[in-house]
Amino acid sequence: MAPTHHRTRTAALGLVGALALTGCSAVGGGTDAGEGTGGGTVTLVTHESFGLSEGILEQFEQETGLTVEIVQQADSGALVNQLVLTKDAPLGDLVYGVDNTFASRALDEGVVVPAEVTAPAAQDAAAYAVPGDDGALTAIDVGDVCMNVDLTWFDEQGLEPPETFEDLTAPQYADLTVVPDPVTSSPGLAFVLATIGEFGENGWLDYWADLRDNGLQVADGWSEAYYTDFSGGGGEGPRPVVLSYASSPPFTVPEGGDEPTTAALLGTCFRQVEYAGVLAGADNPEGAAQLLDFLLSDEVQADIPTSMYMYPVSSSVELPEDWASWAPLAEEPLEVAPADVAEHREAWLDDWSATVVG
Amino acid sequence: MTLLDRRVTPAAARGPAADRRASVGRTLGWAAAVGVPLAFLGVFFAWPVAEIVGRGFVTDGALDLSGVGEVLGRPRTWRILGQTLAQAALGTAGSLLLGIPGAYLLHRCRFPGRDALRAVVTVPFVLPTVVVGVAFRSLLVDGGMLGGLGLDGTLAAIVLALVFFNYAVVVRTVGGLWERLDPRAEQAARSLGASPWRAFRTVTLPALAPAIASAASLTFLFCATAFGTVLVLGGRRFGTVETEIWVQTTQYLDLRAAAVLSVLQLVVVAGALAAAARARARTERALDLGEPVGTAHPVRWRDPVDVTAVVVTAATVLGLLALPLVNLVVRSLRTPTGWGLDHYAALALPADTLRVTPLEAAVTSLRVALDATVIALVVGGLVALVVSRRPRRPVLRRAVGGLDAVMMLPLGVSAVTVGFGFLVAMDAPFGLDVDLRTSGVLVPVAQAVVAVPLVVRTVLPVLRAVDPRLREVAATLGAPPGRVLRTVDLAMAVRSLGLALGLAFAASLGEFGATSFLARPDSPTLPVVVFRLIGRPGAESYGTALAAAVLLAALTAAVVAVCERLRTPGVGGSW
Repeated sequence: MAPTHHRTRTAALGLVGALALTGCSAVGGGTDAGEGTGGGTVTLVTHESFGLSEGILEQFEQETGLTVEIVQQADSGALVNQLVLTKDAPLGDLVYGVDNTFASRALDEGVVVPAEVTAPAAQDAAAYAVPGDDGALTAIDVGDVCMNVDLTWFDEQGLEPPETFEDLTAPQYADLTVVPDPVTSSPGLAFVLATIGEFGENGWLDYWADLRDNGLQVADGWSEAYYTDFSGGGGEGPRPVVLSYASSPPFTVPEGGDEPTTAALLGTCFRQVEYAGVLAGADNPEGAAQLLDFLLSDEVQADIPTSMYMYPVSSSVELPEDWASWAPLAEEPLEVAPADVAEHREAWLDDWSATVVG
Repeated sequence: MTLLDRRVTPAAARGPAADRRASVGRTLGWAAAVGVPLAFLGVFFAWPVAEIVGRGFVTDGALDLSGVGEVLGRPRTWRILGQTLAQAALGTAGSLLLGIPGAYLLHRCRFPGRDALRAVVTVPFVLPTVVVGVAFRSLLVDGGMLGGLGLDGTLAAIVLALVFFNYAVVVRTVGGLWERLDPRAEQAARSLGASPWRAFRTVTLPALAPAIASAASLTFLFCATAFGTVLVLGGRRFGTVETEIWVQTTQYLDLRAAAVLSVLQLVVVAGALAAAARARARTERALDLGEPVGTAHPVRWRDPVDVTAVVVTAATVLGLLALPLVNLVVRSLRTPTGWGLDHYAALALPADTLRVTPLEAAVTSLRVALDATVIALVVGGLVALVVSRRPRRPVLRRAVGGLDAVMMLPLGVSAVTVGFGFLVAMDAPFGLDVDLRTSGVLVPVAQAVVAVPLVVRTVLPVLRAVDPRLREVAATLGAPPGRVLRTVDLAMAVRSLGLALGLAFAASLGEFGATSFLARPDSPTLPVVVFRLIGRPGAESYGTALAAAVLLAALTAAVVAVCERLRTPGVGGSW
């Protein structure tokens, strides 16, 4: 009996010690960041991939006296749906991260309201405006979702890497390709739209049937596909062709090397545009507009490639060196009108599921 | 037991008025003990769920049930329901097949390292699915260590993962009863010439049946509502009701379909819970009969039963539980230039643009889990206290059983339903000017909702095992109700509370589903950091994510191991 007691006491002490280390939080904790006084608070609602380099948002806070709070959840699609659900009592003041595959839903549902943007880059952003939108969504950054290939793998096999959509259905490239599920992942959806842009509404499903018959693998999300199934992503998976971004290759420059081991197939790209907009019913619409302007400022625009792996809309900032050499955007990305996407998205996804997943 | 002390006046010496006052006080006390958990669950679970499900059934302000017929008319709905039931049944069968020998070895046999092994087998149960997905799939994928088996993307892979998660449920539940069984009946059968198998089949198995049935229904419940495991390992091809609710809600915003599916899931879950409750009731009656007996014996290498248990458990622990975990550790040590601790060093650096280091996130996780644990212990402890009583009136008795079942429901309702429910219900609860959705307060609350059933299942058997006469004696001697609780119930339950604390803490630490659906300020928990890191390009992010996952697993294991030592010897928590 005695040893048990002793052990129990030791264990209990250990546990108490561990709890003490955590700062004895029992109810409380987590709210340590002092509520900033001054210009009030502006709340940014955004997706899981949002992030800026250290010091940038702090600089905005210092300049404006505003405190920025960030509410961060879900991916682009789920984010818009959450905003639709909560539009009577919005989660914050500004949304960033609505992409062009869900932009029409946000506009149709009246989730965002027009705001005046004064930053110089607003002119660049206007080139990406959603047709029919009177300034409720402002483009902040763009990126291309394209097939990526593992050059090392193809080199070792003595095989030329594929280049086009059609190549991916050719017998010599059987069982080599992996894509994330378009229903559960936004790059996956972008690629479905790329095929619709390429083959039209009547031909795209046949293309997917061919892909399926050629041994296509469907993974749950981008990270599954890139790290577990792809051979060139650092995870050493079995497949040398993966759906990713035009900006992925610079991340595969090996230590000490100066060329990436992967490349994007620029003929297969769908251009994603990410927008920001002031939320209808925002508590602090002025603060939201200030923050929106800030997202178009040179500081943020120049930081976007390194922090969020997208291309700035602003033409006045310089891209990082390796991006300039190894991550060019597609010259002719495939497009599908946002209104078409809004109207057919669910039907297309159902057709895709019926054809590819079964 | 010194229940009497000088300050306590025997009841006989007090007047009838004092008696009446005491009775009123007692009634109020019990009302509070029932009311607090019900209010907690009502506000933080039932209300949000009702809000979001209700939206699916209301069109333009009028009740519209046409969605029910439409969704139930889809062949896809029935295929998905069939898949859900089939996967859950297979996962349950697998867990029982491997878990029963494990229960025998870990609870009836003695060997060096047994306590450590008990902690190890418990770890998978509380590991977040983000981590398990990485650990499992990288083994099964072509070129992975087990790639040759061709299991990737198959039903078998999903079932294996379900067993990985639920093995501990069976070991705990069955082992808890097994270690209290009187071994003499089986010994008698064998000395009369029965083979070990015959003795097991005719004597031991029937005695264990209630615990096995209870374990089976709990495992079934966990398997039927598995979400991340199914999506990561099988994709939507092996979709279940749970994954379909997720797709319909977050991607399609088809609340009508989601609501119908949620109700369908609730029906399945209620069925499993009813079965579990009935089975548990029998288990707990059986527990009343015998006192815990010290029956563990050293492993007998000549006994075919012991040898079988050792072989099956070794194969399970090494092949199924340890392999994915070891794989995770190995991969976290692989750097671009060979092997090293680089990814672990990165845990102390700001994780990319997350504005926190993984170590800070770990501290956040510990804090949030501590809050969640305190809430879960209070709520779950009260439920266990109430449910442990056996009122004489049948109505009350049924009500007590009902409370038990209701508190288990959060295990069976989709996290996305709860999460979206929070979004629509919690902007200004009861007209209060606090937006709970973005305050961060809801994170520990949501984790507590998940942990409460674990606390109840751990503490309840011990409280049930308290001889009611002990309380009656104390009361007759004049101890006021609060003192009876303190000296009898609390004293008995304190060490099982230790285990409950550990389980609730560990479950909160690894909780991802509900946490990821909540809007929250910029102080992510460790599972969220793992998820975000793994969503970024670059081998470094990936390596750091794996190291953070190992840290999470290690924290979980440590918490469970410490609490394993707090366990009352001989009294297995039946969860």
